[in-house]
Amino acid sequence: MKLALGGSAALALTHGLNEIFRPVALHAASRPVRWVFLVDTYKCIGCGFCVKACKLENEIPFDAAVSRTWVERYVVTKEGWVFADTPKEARYGFTTSRVELGQGRHKDISRDMIDKAFFVPKLCNQCEKPPCVQVCPVGATYQTAEGVVLVDRKWCIGCGYCIMACPYGMRFFHPVHHVAEKCNFCYHRIAQKMKPACVLACPVGARRIGNIKDPGDSVANTIMTQRVSVHKPEYGTNPQVYYLGLSEEVR
Amino acid sequence: MHVLRPLYVVLAIAGIILIARTFFVPEDFGIQESGYMYGWYRKANEGEWRALKPKYQGQEYCRDCHGEQEKQVRSSRHNLIECENCHGPARGHPDDPQKLTLDRSRELCLRCHTYLPYPTSKRSEIKGIQPDQHNPGGECADCHNPHQASKPK
Repeated sequence: MKLALGGSAALALTHGLNEIFRPVALHAASRPVRWVFLVDTYKCIGCGFCVKACKLENEIPFDAAVSRTWVERYVVTKEGWVFADTPKEARYGFTTSRVELGQGRHKDISRDMIDKAFFVPKLCNQCEKPPCVQVCPVGATYQTAEGVVLVDRKWCIGCGYCIMACPYGMRFFHPVHHVAEKCNFCYHRIAQKMKPACVLACPVGARRIGNIKDPGDSVANTIMTQRVSVHKPEYGTNPQVYYLGLSEEVR
Repeated sequence: MHVLRPLYVVLAIAGIILIARTFFVPEDFGIQESGYMYGWYRKANEGEWRALKPKYQGQEYCRDCHGEQEKQVRSSRHNLIECENCHGPARGHPDDPQKLTLDRSRELCLRCHTYLPYPTSKRSEIKGIQPDQHNPGGECADCHNPHQASKPK
């Protein structure tokens, strides 16, 4: 009896040690698929159908002030001022020329004052080196083999470290599940060869998804051969949402 | 050597934790394909995400029953717009829900048709109105057919 107990304890101990110090597992497997995203800011018209579709598809309460994706408007005036807003994350689109300044104030900027103005859709960058994953103390958020960062809702303890760690402000608490929430390129859709909801809803093709490992993929081809840029490369996160026509005013 | 006793206590606690985790941590929790730093998780969760049912079905799904309307839209400039953008996500339709949540509000049209004079954006190339001057308060669908956008009724 004593022997059996001692034996199983020893087995469990070695199993536990092996789980933590297993050098073979440190080498990542090569990936046949790596999802990337391409946003064309020249095409975006600020209709906000992407935000609407995302909220409905992913069951983020529609009236809650959080969203997995949103659209920003930038208006640069001739005097060099930059105005940026995203009224209600653009879930109803941009239906007025009045730019929100915060605290209920607005500014109407006339055409002859504007140097340039454009829309920038934002979504999770599915970084190659995601800081949000590094800081998770319980292994509730992770990068899949396809490069998408997911949140395990059963495992998340709601500490909020990941929300603080993301340099892009992409994460938030889910108002219903009370765990960390983020865009995951509609993982349930791309897993069955469907487009993410925002890509489907976009009427002008400003949002596209692709597999960078596939040489025949047109999105991958554009990223490899055209002049694209990413948000905040200086953070070393290696973001995988690429933009056409990004301007220095965009933060 | 009673000075070593605290060390034994620490070792015993560490041992107990290691033994306990073999029973409490799920079989599939550990280092996965992305490696130690980014791939330390419960593998079954991937499957839980994959198992979610898509809500937006796409135009091809609608076409099977609503071919006539689909053809009508396709001949107009609104052919860019997915049916579900206005009619709502179609999962389960026509069984449950039997009717979709159609948004035919003025605000929906204004998403694209409020004229915004933005020189470096495609938005300024869309035919637009000034909402406070063009029949304020009126419903667009009273005069315009959304499926045949270019022709007023």
